[in-house]
Amino acid sequence: MTTRTTTARRRALALAATGASLALVLAACSDPDGEGGTGDETGGGSASAAGIDCAAYDEFGDLDGKTVSVYTSIVDPEGATQQDSYKAFEECTGVTIDYEASREFEAQLLVRIKAGNAPDIAYLPQPGLLNTIATDYPDAIQPAPDATAANVDEFWNETWKGYGTVDGTFYSAPLGANAKSFVWYSPSMFSDAGYEIPQTWTELMDLTQQIRDDTGGQVWCAGVESGDATGWPGTDFIEDMMLRTAGVEDYEKWYTHEIPFNDPKVVKAWDTAGEVLKNPDYVNAGLGGVDSIATQSWTDAGNGIIDQTCWMHRAANFYQTQWPEGTEVSEQGDVFAFYLPTDQTDVKPMLGGGEFVAAFNDRPEVQAFQTYLASADWANQKALSTPDGGWVSANSGLDPNNLATEFDQYVAGVLTDPETVVAFDASDLMPGEVGAGTFWTGIVQWLTGASTQEATDKIEASWPK
Amino acid sequence: MTWLLEPDTTGQKFMLMVVAVVLFAAVMGLILFLVDRPKRIPSWVVAAGFVGVPLLFLAYGLLRPGLITLWQSFFNRNGSEFIGFDNYVRAFTEGQFQQVLVVTAAWVILAPLLSAVIGLGYAVLVDRTRFEKLAKALVFVPMAISMVGASIIWKFVYEFRPDQANINQIGLLNQVLVWVGLPPQQFLIGQPWNTWFLIVVMIWIQTGFAMTVLSAAIKAIPDDIVEAARLDGLHGMGMFRYITVPSIRPALVVVLTTIAMGTLKAFDIVRTMTGGQFGTQVVANEFYTQAFRQGNQGLAAALAVVLFVLVIPIIAYNVRQMRKSEEIR
Amino acid sequence: MTSTPTPGQAVAGSALDEDVPSQQLRKLSRLERRAIATKGKLSSPWASAIAIIIAILWTIPSLGLLITSFRPQEDIRRTGWWTVFTGNASFTMDNYNEALYGNSNDLSTFFVNSFVITIPAVLIPITLSLLAAYAFAWIRFPGRNFLFVAVFSLQVVPLQIALVPLLSDYVDWNVNGSYWTVWLSHSIFALPLAIFLLHNFMKDIPASLVEAARVDGAGHVKIFFRVLFPLLIPAIASFGIFQFLWVWNDLLVGLTFAAPEYQPLTVKIAELAGTRGGDWYLLTAGAFIAMIVPLIVFIALQRFFVRGMLAGAVKG
Repeated sequence: MTTRTTTARRRALALAATGASLALVLAACSDPDGEGGTGDETGGGSASAAGIDCAAYDEFGDLDGKTVSVYTSIVDPEGATQQDSYKAFEECTGVTIDYEASREFEAQLLVRIKAGNAPDIAYLPQPGLLNTIATDYPDAIQPAPDATAANVDEFWNETWKGYGTVDGTFYSAPLGANAKSFVWYSPSMFSDAGYEIPQTWTELMDLTQQIRDDTGGQVWCAGVESGDATGWPGTDFIEDMMLRTAGVEDYEKWYTHEIPFNDPKVVKAWDTAGEVLKNPDYVNAGLGGVDSIATQSWTDAGNGIIDQTCWMHRAANFYQTQWPEGTEVSEQGDVFAFYLPTDQTDVKPMLGGGEFVAAFNDRPEVQAFQTYLASADWANQKALSTPDGGWVSANSGLDPNNLATEFDQYVAGVLTDPETVVAFDASDLMPGEVGAGTFWTGIVQWLTGASTQEATDKIEASWPK
Repeated sequence: MTWLLEPDTTGQKFMLMVVAVVLFAAVMGLILFLVDRPKRIPSWVVAAGFVGVPLLFLAYGLLRPGLITLWQSFFNRNGSEFIGFDNYVRAFTEGQFQQVLVVTAAWVILAPLLSAVIGLGYAVLVDRTRFEKLAKALVFVPMAISMVGASIIWKFVYEFRPDQANINQIGLLNQVLVWVGLPPQQFLIGQPWNTWFLIVVMIWIQTGFAMTVLSAAIKAIPDDIVEAARLDGLHGMGMFRYITVPSIRPALVVVLTTIAMGTLKAFDIVRTMTGGQFGTQVVANEFYTQAFRQGNQGLAAALAVVLFVLVIPIIAYNVRQMRKSEEIR
Repeated sequence: MTSTPTPGQAVAGSALDEDVPSQQLRKLSRLERRAIATKGKLSSPWASAIAIIIAILWTIPSLGLLITSFRPQEDIRRTGWWTVFTGNASFTMDNYNEALYGNSNDLSTFFVNSFVITIPAVLIPITLSLLAAYAFAWIRFPGRNFLFVAVFSLQVVPLQIALVPLLSDYVDWNVNGSYWTVWLSHSIFALPLAIFLLHNFMKDIPASLVEAARVDGAGHVKIFFRVLFPLLIPAIASFGIFQFLWVWNDLLVGLTFAAPEYQPLTVKIAELAGTRGGDWYLLTAGAFIAMIVPLIVFIALQRFFVRGMLAGAVKG
């Protein structure tokens, strides 16, 4: 997938933008620091050329005729909303963003880096990849410029900055965020049966047993098949349990390997997940026995909720865009999600994930774009240019009102809830051999018969020394 | 002249294509013209004119990367440190590598053999029948389908759904089981049969290739041989056994070799259908995973070398065949 | 090759030069061939049944996909494709519409790219392989067997290991992303198999034909073009189809070497599944869109298969 704005079209845009900015310079004078975009200015406007306040882009200077190449894993239709979100930046600065996306991104990025053909900017879908690149190809990747770091300091919680940092060097600002601790359900099925949204893990398990007793059928549906990445959706479930049974501190010790992978605390988390995932009374609603979780593709696993064959499906916020066309995602609609509850009273752990912006060139226009992507302006532009929803950010400058769907706003609400502690996806932070290797395999073996102890012992043995 | 590198329009693209082909033809024509001096220049010069460019291409594009890979297999993940045979040790001692080798061997033996047997049988059966063209086209179709298409196709064959009210099978094979009153099966989980179900996909694709080549070889059997055999009283299976198979032996060897080599390298069936889980991993997919998902260049290189070692028996067999045919000639 | 020696060769319907001794040829009449054929083949109801079963088994999976590609998304995940035969089936062009026009990019551009990539990537390696195969089969030169075995063994080199070395050179030469690099890469990767297969056909040509031409004073170039090339046309066409399919369906080379605006159709099709793979049902339509051209090529060239790879000539 690609879009290369032709020179002619870009010039026309630049001209239009110049006109627009002239007209808006006076109006923009009220913006004291040129930072703009706390949401209010762009909040009411649209993403169209006329509505863009180019004053906010003055800090980037004139980049007319320059090109920045971006390589990502985000293909259409999400890719189109990415590109739309750059329009304001392109029109105001005159730069061209050359967007290229591929589903083979992770493999191809490494090939390009090794061949000396790295893109200017790549969106890394997980910090583990950033770690690999910064460690293996330190000459290729560029540290983030100060302006970018300043934006990150301003708009992000410092743990997010930490994920973009390797060995004390800050490389990558976060882009979008995922929130994974959700349970999808059908509001109408729940209200027809008179079930309430559970507020604690105990309530959730009670509800599960109650549904089982009431209906005699299975309750949860799940699927971890994902081609060559099969197993990852299962790691998320384990991580959620780790956060809830062992707590955030031990969770961090777990992915940094301060406690071994087969530590009793970890085993307990697996077993807690197993209360659902390995209980044939509870899974796999409409899809088969426990082992069918291993072969059910995760993108279709929740469909039983629409077909009313399944009651609950634990999946991330981005499952929102996986529902078949025409599914209404809202609290009164076909499907909605509630926060995966916890018995902890002091914290609400939220398993998170996100993309990170890595630069392989330090040309001014590349750094300008990096800085822009870390700004509240971009976050709001992105929200506005994603009319179908399915996108949130942990950027504190993002105005939730700009988010398109009820669910996105709900997610943003949970993310910014003071009780919420966002913990990053542990498998993305573990060494690749484990986090994108034996952890996945372990999940699959566990679902197809291996005991928790066997599975965790095997993963522990594979941890690189 | 930027269109030579960056054509913008469709016209320029096709023009560039023509330029490339003409340029290639001109260069090759010139080389052949220069070596076409019968009896006045030594034969190796003539040979160089014929094989020079292809060998240069191969040396540059495959041999050199192969040697680089061999070299890299003695280094760590990003090539910064020499670690001797550690990658090989790791490859062979790691978890279930022996199982990976067994599975790979199953692929290399079953896929070529069954593709060739079915392809040959089918070619003989439809040979010179009224429906030959259509019959061949049907078996050829899988070859024309891309890997992406093939993986979807087989999803609709193996997909599993439980046998319960309100749930319909969407995988054909399980539907057949349900129709005959058996419970549906998880075809991709149960070892060791799941490997067999993956190999079936390879056979489904490669039979078209085997059939095409073998059918051509059958048609090339001189009619007078067939006639003589018939006069000697050979019919049906006898003809097949004593005339057809011996006559197309060279073509059979070629088909088996080609499919075996392709099977050794093939990783996408395993990658897209099971991701190497449930004990279906093969060396090629392990190589791909290490090289492109784990970014472990050293270990991936060692696995590529293992692939090469695995192919040595096939090479040896072909060399023997070549020797034999040289003696006859 | 240890098998039945075949003294006489029937080179039927070939376009040989007049200077090739004509006693080599014994042309059977159409009727004679048909008679021999009918009597020599396996023919029983069982044989026909087996052939029909194979044909059905090989066709059903693709047929299922074809039917699926016209079904609405809801139906695809709820019921099997065979249920369309048992009533209230609904069909839709949605998957095709979405695959063809769903994204901002025009699929026709990628069709053009696939053609522009494929045609030279078929012609160039076949020409090179023919020349090399001829030399390995008919020119005596030092190291011939060793070189041939070396070329042959290169078949097993996974082309993934060549990606980085080649791409870094292309970057250094400032030609990366252009069609030239795609053509060159495809040509290189095709050579081992092409040389191996064509060599096999090449050496099956009766030595007497080549010897006779040599006696008449023809050089290797002349022998290649006048004697062998015409005999090999069916084999070339057959291999050409295989090479066409492999290049047309290639994803890796196109993805790695071609700039986005020059990438082939397969790259585009693979992306239909969406960022997280949830739109995989669009691939049902995509697979058929990509398949049309290879099928047309196959049907157009099929008469060569029916005739045989060497226009009737073979050495035992």
